[in-house]
Amino acid sequence: MNDTAEIAIDVRDAVKRYGDFTALQKISLGIRDNEFFTLLGPSGCGKTTLLRMIAGFEDVTEGGIFLFGDEIETLPPHKRPVNTVFQNYALFPHMTILENVGFGLEMKGSSRKDAAKRAAEMLELVHLSQFAKRKPAQLSGGQQQRVALARALAPSPKVLLLDEPLSALDLKLRKAMQIELKHIQRETGITFIFVTHDQEEALTMSDRIAVMSAGELQQLGRPRDIYEHPRNMFVADFIGDTNLLEVSVDKIADGRAQCHIGGGHALACDAVDGVQTGAKVHLSVRPERLILSEEAGNGTSLRGTVTENIYIGTDITTMIDLEGGPKITVRASNTERGNKRLIEPGNPAFVTMETGAARLLLD
Amino acid sequence: MSANTDVKTYAGFRSITLLCLVILYAPLIVVTVYSFNASESITAWGGWSLRWYADVFIGPESAKFQQAAINSFSMATIAATAATAIATAAATAIVRGGKYRLRTPSLGLITLPIMVPEIVLAVATLIFFNAIGFTRGYMTILVAHIAFCIPFAYLPIQARMQGIEDTFEHAAMDLYATKAQAFKRILLPLMMPGIISGFLLAFIVSLDDFIITNFVKGAGIETLPTAIFGSVKQGLKPNIMAISTMLLSLSIVMVTISYFVSKFDNTK
Repeated sequence: MNDTAEIAIDVRDAVKRYGDFTALQKISLGIRDNEFFTLLGPSGCGKTTLLRMIAGFEDVTEGGIFLFGDEIETLPPHKRPVNTVFQNYALFPHMTILENVGFGLEMKGSSRKDAAKRAAEMLELVHLSQFAKRKPAQLSGGQQQRVALARALAPSPKVLLLDEPLSALDLKLRKAMQIELKHIQRETGITFIFVTHDQEEALTMSDRIAVMSAGELQQLGRPRDIYEHPRNMFVADFIGDTNLLEVSVDKIADGRAQCHIGGGHALACDAVDGVQTGAKVHLSVRPERLILSEEAGNGTSLRGTVTENIYIGTDITTMIDLEGGPKITVRASNTERGNKRLIEPGNPAFVTMETGAARLLLD
Repeated sequence: MSANTDVKTYAGFRSITLLCLVILYAPLIVVTVYSFNASESITAWGGWSLRWYADVFIGPESAKFQQAAINSFSMATIAATAATAIATAAATAIVRGGKYRLRTPSLGLITLPIMVPEIVLAVATLIFFNAIGFTRGYMTILVAHIAFCIPFAYLPIQARMQGIEDTFEHAAMDLYATKAQAFKRILLPLMMPGIISGFLLAFIVSLDDFIITNFVKGAGIETLPTAIFGSVKQGLKPNIMAISTMLLSLSIVMVTISYFVSKFDNTK
């Protein structure tokens, strides 16, 4: 993966309208060759619509879609060198697994024999060779999922589209498949465009993520950028857990903004372009970037009272009512050290912010 | 189901059920048993015999019945084939045609002939043929049969098709199949149990039809039901019972096949 790689799919000012309803508003995206790219957003955000437009199942109201420089948005689905792994797999129920996987090659003009040979190789890639003669209904959900993947990869598409393919699997299997998908993507070198509403899945697998909401692109970037530098409230809130604190900006100096939250607690964070003194904005602070202690720590310490400890296995989440009203959540790893810091509900506590933990959001 | 809502606990359930079954099936059983009667009488039992079955094939009326059977079976085959092809096209259009305004009316128009009294259809068809100057004979019967067989062929096909998700065709087209290839390789095989079931139903309906056939047939041409009716008018003979029993058996076999085919799952 490098930033100068060729653009595989170029979406230019694409708009999709259904009558009066606008599903996608002027989206522009460049998806790079060999990239694992994820379209992430809540249901109804337009991510599946965009995927279906790339596949050819929805026409583009305005704008264009280019595949390695060639305009494809007017081509019917069977003329686009792009294959899809469908959400419910859509395996042909009357064909064997081998026939399913060979179907695309046969339609592309390979002989039945060549198609079967290549299909057998693909089944090997997804470790399902022993099921070649079975029908899809005789396979488990996870196996069907891998057949769908093999079928879509068999004709060597230039881009593979995946429409929430893991959503029907249970958690364990889903995690295993996430890693397997990532492996297969690296092994084949094919550009993957993956649609999901699961932010953890997106962070785990993607080279880059496009966060979408209400038909608009909210932020495009690497998982780390998106998690640590969310561009707006929607992204900060949708990706992971965060404390969103309403603040007033008191002073801006040397690239730092001095702010205060309800109750008068003073905080400082990096200023962003467009922020002005006196503005009411939000700070996003990840719970794991906060430290809870009985004594005031170095730097900014906020005083409050512990209201609840929630044990979630890997972590312990503590809810604190800060003096003067605001509520804040702190998360500590479930380790010896973390447990020692545990404070029972009703007791006073200090919340200390790591440097750079707070991020200022304009909207 | 709890005991007190079970229909079997209602007073008179058993006797009413039995009465209905007797009224429905006793005549058929009597005809079947008496078709094996050795005597000339249609009421007095004279012991078991196959003589009336032999009479159907080699007796004085055998030539008439043979010609009628040839007409009936050839018409049923052609009519069921044509009706099934039309019904398949109609089901594809109505189920896969998206949400168009005339969808419900189209469905109604296709299935209406089942609800219309057959005598009305018969009269209407006859008037229509007269109006366009279509000389009555084999062709008029065939055209009428194709028309009224369509709804019978249509219903099982539509039922089957509604269970087929359109993502299968999407997947096929995504995998480089044209619309025609997707229809032939994916949709048609998945619809096939419905199509066979529809064909068999249409075949039986055509084979058994009397009212419409009797109206639109010309002089000198008979199908099995009209031949039987003509024979009965000259007096009831046990050979009629033998031929009826054969027709009944054939209907039962075909309806049974149709039922099992429609249940058949080619995905296992």
